[in-house]
Amino acid sequence: MKTSRGRALDGAVPRKRIGTSRRWHIFVFLAPATVLYTVFAIYPIVETLRLSLLVEVDGSNVFAGLGNYARLLTEPFWAEQFANAFWNNCILFLLHMLVQNPIALMLAAILSIPSLRGAAVYRTVFFLPTLLSVVVVGFIWQLILSPLWGITPDAMKAIGLGSWFRPWLGLESSALITITLISIWQYVGIPLMLFYAALLNIPEETVEAARIDGLNGFWIFWKVKLPLILPTLGLVTILTYIGNFTVSFDLIYSVQGGLAGPNFSTDVMGTFLFRSFFGFQSQSGDTHMGATVASALFFIILIGVGTYLFGVQRRLLRHEG
Amino acid sequence: MPWRKRTTTGQALSAAAIHGVLLAWCALALFPLYLVVINGAKSRRAIFNDPLKLPTSDTFSAKGYASVVGNSEFPLYFGNSLVVTSVSLLLILLLGAMAAHALSEYRFRGNTLLGLYLIVGIMVPIRLGTVALLELMVNLNLTNTLTALILVYTAQGLPVAIFIFTEFLRAVSREIKDSARIDGLSEYRIFFEVVIPLVRPVIATVAVFSMIPIWNDLWFPLILAPGQETRTVTLGVQQFIGQYTVDWGAVLAALSVAVLPVLVMYIIFSRHLIRGITAGAVKG
Repeated sequence: MKTSRGRALDGAVPRKRIGTSRRWHIFVFLAPATVLYTVFAIYPIVETLRLSLLVEVDGSNVFAGLGNYARLLTEPFWAEQFANAFWNNCILFLLHMLVQNPIALMLAAILSIPSLRGAAVYRTVFFLPTLLSVVVVGFIWQLILSPLWGITPDAMKAIGLGSWFRPWLGLESSALITITLISIWQYVGIPLMLFYAALLNIPEETVEAARIDGLNGFWIFWKVKLPLILPTLGLVTILTYIGNFTVSFDLIYSVQGGLAGPNFSTDVMGTFLFRSFFGFQSQSGDTHMGATVASALFFIILIGVGTYLFGVQRRLLRHEG
Repeated sequence: MPWRKRTTTGQALSAAAIHGVLLAWCALALFPLYLVVINGAKSRRAIFNDPLKLPTSDTFSAKGYASVVGNSEFPLYFGNSLVVTSVSLLLILLLGAMAAHALSEYRFRGNTLLGLYLIVGIMVPIRLGTVALLELMVNLNLTNTLTALILVYTAQGLPVAIFIFTEFLRAVSREIKDSARIDGLSEYRIFFEVVIPLVRPVIATVAVFSMIPIWNDLWFPLILAPGQETRTVTLGVQQFIGQYTVDWGAVLAALSVAVLPVLVMYIIFSRHLIRGITAGAVKG
C-alpha cells in the first residue's frame, strides 16, 4: 500500500488533485528549514566560491578566472601566509590526533567499565571545559601560564622544575603547541562522549564471549571493542579535521589576537581568512582575496571529507561486515 | 552488595588506579575554573599573593563582581545572548523536527536528495561563506542586528538537528501515527500531538549540541554584529578583557559570570544528553 501511494505521488498527472492536497503539508513541513538553510548557509558558500573568481576593477567586478588562486599560491605576500597557516593547521590536526583523541579514547574506555562507580560524575566533569567559551578558556590559561601571576612558575618551583619555566605562549617556538594543548584541554570532551556512546552500544554478550575465551580487560578492549568502534574513530577523525580548520580561529584570536603572534607562529587558516577579508592594522581587507582564501579552505575540507566518505568509511564498513 | 566482598586485592588495586586516573583528569578539568571563581571574589593583593587559597574574611572582596554587575553593559550583553541563543534554538528544534518528520514520514520525489542536501552542512562549515554572508546581511540591512545572528545560527544548526531527528524518527514505528490518522487527525496535528512527544528524548541532545556553539561563538558576533547594542556575552567579555587587563578582580569575575548560564543549562540537561547520544545520534 505504501509503495502504491508513493508511486501515485511520484507523478501521475490524473491524480493531481489528490496529489496536491496530500502534498501541501509536506511542503509546509519542509519549506521553512529548506529556505532558511539555502539562503543563509548554502547560498553564501556558493556565492563565496563565485566571488573568488572575480576581481574588482574601478568599482565593478570583473571575471578573473583562477587569477586570485594564482595570486594566493605565487605572490610572496599571500603564498607565505597561506603556506604558514596551512602548515600550522597540519600540526594542530596531528597533535589533536596524537594527543587529544587517544586521551579521549582512554578515558572513555575507563568510563565504560560497567562496574565503575561514579561514572556519571566523572562524565559530567570531563565535558565541562567543552561548554566554556573559548574567550574564557583562553584567558584562564593565559593567566595560569602568565609569569606575572606566577601560578605555573610557583608550582614548577615547588616540584623542583622552576628553572624550566618559560612564558610558553609568548615564544615563537612553543606558542602553537601551547595553544594546541589548551584546545585539547577544552575539547577532549567531544571525542570522549562519542567514544563513550559507541562503547556503551557494544552488546554485553560480545564482551562476555571474549571473557569466556580467556581475554582480560585490556585485551578485550584492544581486540574486541576497538575494532567495533572503528567507525566512530573515523567520525572523530573527520570532525577533528573540520574543527581544526574552522573553530581553531576562536581560541587563537582570543589568546593571540588577529595577528596570531608571536610573529605569526600561531597563524591558522581561520585567522588568515579573517585578516585577508577584514584587514588588520597595516593590511587592508580584500573581499575577493578573502573569498579566495575561504574557497581554498572549502576545497581543503572537501578533500578531507571526500577521503573520509569514499575511502575510510567504506573500508571501515567492510571491516565491520 | 555481597559480591563486593569477593573483590581481590588485585582488583582493588586496579580500581584504585582507575579512579586515580579519572580523578587526576577531573582535577585538571576543574582547577582552572576553581582559580577563576575564587579569585574573582578576592582583593587584588590576595589574588597575587595567594592565588590558590579560598577567600577569607580578610581577603574577600566583592569589588570584582560589583564592577561587572555595575557595568551597565553586561545585562545588555546577557539579554542579547539569551535572545539569540533561545530563539535560534527554538527555530532549530521546531524547523528541524518538521523537516525531519517530512523526510522520514512521507514519500515524495527527491526525498533522498533533499535529505542529503539538508545535512551536507554538517561537513561544510557555514563560516566558509562568511564573505558572501556579510554582503547579504548588508544588502538586507541586517548588520548589527540580533536577527542576523539568529538567521545564521539557525541555518548552521539545522543540518545536525535534521540528521539526528531523522535517524531517530526512522526508527520509530509507524503504527502510532497511522492509528492517529485513522482517528481523523490532520497531518499538522499528528506532527504536534504525536511526533513532538515522540522526539522528546533526543531534544535535549540536539538542544545542547546546538546551544553550546551558539552561546560561545566569537566569529559571527565579531563580523555580523560587533556594535555596542548587539554584542553577545562572548564578544562582550572578549572586549571587556581587552579594556580591563589591569583590573584582575573584574576580569576574573566577568569570566565567572560568562560561564554560569552554560553550567546551569548543562547540569539540567546532562542526564538526558548521554541518553540521547546513545539512543540514536551516533548509531548511524
